[in-house]
Amino acid sequence: MTTSSEILLAGIKEHDPRAIGRAISVVENNGDGAADILTFLDQERISKVMVAGITGPPGAGKSTLTSGLITILRNSGKRVGIIAVDPSSPISGGAILGDRIRMMDHALDPDVVVRSMATRGRLGGLCASAGATVRIMAAAGCELILIETVGVGQSEMDIVQLADITVMVLAPGFGDDIQAMKAGLLEVADFLVVNKSDQPGASGLLMDMEQIFSAKEEESGIARVLETIASENRGLEELLQSMENFSDYLAATGQKEQRRNRALNAETIDWIIEMLRPRFQDAMNRSPSQKDPRIRAKELISKTLRVN
Amino acid sequence: MSRDKKHSDWQENELAASLSRFPERKEEFSLHGGAEIPRLALPDTIDEDYYEHLGFPGQYPYTRGVQPTMYRARFWTMRQYAGFSSAAESNKRYRYLLEQGTTGLSVAFDLPTQIGYDSDDAMSLGEVGKVGVAIDTLADMEMLFKNIPLDKISTSMTINSPAIILLAMYIVVAEKQSVPADKLRGTIQNDVLKEYVARGTYIFPPGPSLGLITDIFQWCSANMPLFNTISISGYHIREAGSTATQEVAFTLANGITYVQTALDAGLELDHFARRLAFFFNASSNLLEEVAKFRAARRLWARLMKNRFEARKPSSMMMRFHTQTAGSSLAAQQIDNNIVRVTIQALAAVFGGTQSLHTNSRDEALSLPTEDSVRTALRTQQIIAHESGVADTVDPFAGSYYIEQLTDSIELAAADLISKIEQKGGVVACIEDGFIQRQIEQAAYDYQKEIEVGERIIVGVNKFQIEEEDKPELLRMNPAVESAQIAALQKVRDRRNNDDVQSRLTTLKIAAESGSNLMEPIIAAVRSYASIGEICTVLRGVFGEYRD
Amino acid sequence: MTKEQTPFRVLIGKPGLDGHDRGAKFIARALRDQGFEVIYTGIRRTAAEIAATAIQEDVDVVGLSSLSGAHLRLFPEVVNELASRGGSDIPVLGGGVIPEEDIATLLENGLSGIFTPGTPADVIISSFKKASQQHRNHDNLK
Repeated sequence: MTTSSEILLAGIKEHDPRAIGRAISVVENNGDGAADILTFLDQERISKVMVAGITGPPGAGKSTLTSGLITILRNSGKRVGIIAVDPSSPISGGAILGDRIRMMDHALDPDVVVRSMATRGRLGGLCASAGATVRIMAAAGCELILIETVGVGQSEMDIVQLADITVMVLAPGFGDDIQAMKAGLLEVADFLVVNKSDQPGASGLLMDMEQIFSAKEEESGIARVLETIASENRGLEELLQSMENFSDYLAATGQKEQRRNRALNAETIDWIIEMLRPRFQDAMNRSPSQKDPRIRAKELISKTLRVN
Repeated sequence: MSRDKKHSDWQENELAASLSRFPERKEEFSLHGGAEIPRLALPDTIDEDYYEHLGFPGQYPYTRGVQPTMYRARFWTMRQYAGFSSAAESNKRYRYLLEQGTTGLSVAFDLPTQIGYDSDDAMSLGEVGKVGVAIDTLADMEMLFKNIPLDKISTSMTINSPAIILLAMYIVVAEKQSVPADKLRGTIQNDVLKEYVARGTYIFPPGPSLGLITDIFQWCSANMPLFNTISISGYHIREAGSTATQEVAFTLANGITYVQTALDAGLELDHFARRLAFFFNASSNLLEEVAKFRAARRLWARLMKNRFEARKPSSMMMRFHTQTAGSSLAAQQIDNNIVRVTIQALAAVFGGTQSLHTNSRDEALSLPTEDSVRTALRTQQIIAHESGVADTVDPFAGSYYIEQLTDSIELAAADLISKIEQKGGVVACIEDGFIQRQIEQAAYDYQKEIEVGERIIVGVNKFQIEEEDKPELLRMNPAVESAQIAALQKVRDRRNNDDVQSRLTTLKIAAESGSNLMEPIIAAVRSYASIGEICTVLRGVFGEYRD
Repeated sequence: MTKEQTPFRVLIGKPGLDGHDRGAKFIARALRDQGFEVIYTGIRRTAAEIAATAIQEDVDVVGLSSLSGAHLRLFPEVVNELASRGGSDIPVLGGGVIPEEDIATLLENGLSGIFTPGTPADVIISSFKKASQQHRNHDNLK
């Protein structure tokens, strides 16, 4: 193990912001020492952490809601981790990570660990970085980690699946977005939050969502559709309590472990593809071909993997 | 009705009343050589279309101006925004400006004052007395207006979130000069909605902020009838990078919100509407700006008449202040800025502004020196006295291009306003960032054009030179901050602190009960409670807004 | 495995009370368009908040903007706050309405570069690139 990895690992354990931030960069950039860091993180802390994904269309109030949840968690003395994901520009590869603005009120609180991440144009590949970030934050003593992302694209859906619990935030006035998301919603969301519930159209939205979620509610006996006004901190305590109850329910029924395994598998697949990519890229470059890609892939796999 | 009938009606009513109240500056306006300059040039044939789109000046829909004779009676108010460092320094600058012929004061406050922090607050570090005068307590306000008779001048104050506190101080200072509130003339900016999207000096969330504004409307319509209770500002929206059309749309959408809030609170439209003032930007595209001012005036008149069913003409008239575009000033070859300001000031005058601030040449580098402020004021005086543009009303009317552009800006702004309303109104659009994103995109596109050279800024991306001479700049005395903090401490030591506490408690109870806060705040400032102390009470009750 | 250059991470902050963020937002977007990952703090932040965020986000460069004339107090304050958190290696660039004569003072007080109004965006961006690269080459954690 290199000295710098040792320093970073020690820093993570002591919850040093600079070490946490750098360790995340190292794994995100797949830099020297990434493997060392990931191998020696505190596994016990990682197994205990609760990970919640918070997603929803832009403007629904996710950041405000997240910031409100942080305040409540901090009042109860819990150390919190936040991963805020924004899309990278497909053209330049750059990104504006703007979710940070609404979390600045917690900037001087050492027990609120925030990391802004860009999707960096990797299809499912972000899971790998975000998953490692979750584990670094957990190893630094964060008891609850919130992953905040715009829930419209497939890659964001994948990130959400890293979480133990998924919260979808909606607000009145996003009719079309909601219609488009409905099918996906049923698959992934554990909770549906109707934010800005004092605005016109909220009650209709609430009724729609309750109908869709009635089966899920019956199964666990925990309310899954909640109302909030995040800007006034209303409904947030109830949301957090429901999330915690649900997390307990998942743990008690063995579903938490199932979900974790599923997430780890997804990450592993990402890594397999990521690690094999250069070798296949190389093989393709060496023998250009007009063959049907599916057939060519099969041939390349059998050839490339057998050789090594 | 025939053309002649409408015309003669206007002459007998609006025009005659105006001429007797505000006689024209000269018996006769004429060109060198004697040819007469008409008061109002008209087309040969006047049809319904003319009445619908233009009308006569001082008559609905006010496209041609809000007064029948416009600048033939009185020039616009030449109002130079100023204020820096301490109250004593600013007082000196105001008296200088009054001596130089400025006709209205315009007070700039420093950022801590604008955001409700005392000068000794940790948040105020480095900002005390920087962009304007630092006001902590009534003592500073007394110094600011020392030897300036408040019944003789009109005062404009650029203050928004804590407007109610500064207004209360102004009222108490006047009271000490034995000037009653109903004699006070001036304007408070008091436009908090644009702070959330463009200027950034918000304190409280939108709901309670609108409540404070309504308290001011209510109190002033009963006690301070000559004072403009709000200046609904597009200026800063434009400075933040919006287009001319967006400036009109977002400003009028804010205006609609204030009117609706006041109506919802039970106020009578025709009681408060004539005290709504506006504030626009004058940028360098002269023709677009002229059309913008005319379009804004017509659109507001139509909204007030058709939508809010205003009955009094004064409720439909958009009166506005204009400032030349600060963001258009270049730090390179700064004398060029004098020319930019001249073009922009002309646009405002052609557009029918009621008052005007002209920026100084050195403002891209620092606050202006006395010399450059004088040149800026002289620019207005030259336009007024030498250029002749003030001698006839609405000289651009009837230009095919200007009329087309006026129509299209009005239409596009009305569309954008409907879009905002479909999305739940201004407050919802602020919270979801819709308005901010529109402005940001426009600003980005504009700057991109400059960066790639598609848009030429003389001396900046073309016609550059090596500049050797460094202009003389105004330097702030770095001791201002410590002196201001010491003065505040002195006030705290001298005042009756039990009295202050009890008035702050009364204020807290009033804020919690939702009653009008004007009187409790007047009582608090009279006891020399500081802005920070009052805002701390209000923050506790209302909460704080964060971007 | 060959390592390609990963995006530079920079933070754009507005210390103090000044709310004019047109320039800061433009630079943020221009940097994004040049492949940077840009963390924007929003307006009205203290020097300590900006420094703590820069450390937590592990950025390569901090860029500051102030138009209110408070730069002489606030910019060096950010440099100091960074240093007190172990981030003395993170370069700080500043921009805004800054008189010529203040530039030397700011550079003496730890700023790595100052931009005045009218500076072309590509000059600013290349300074960010250079400072980021330097930071990657040798920083406190290496």
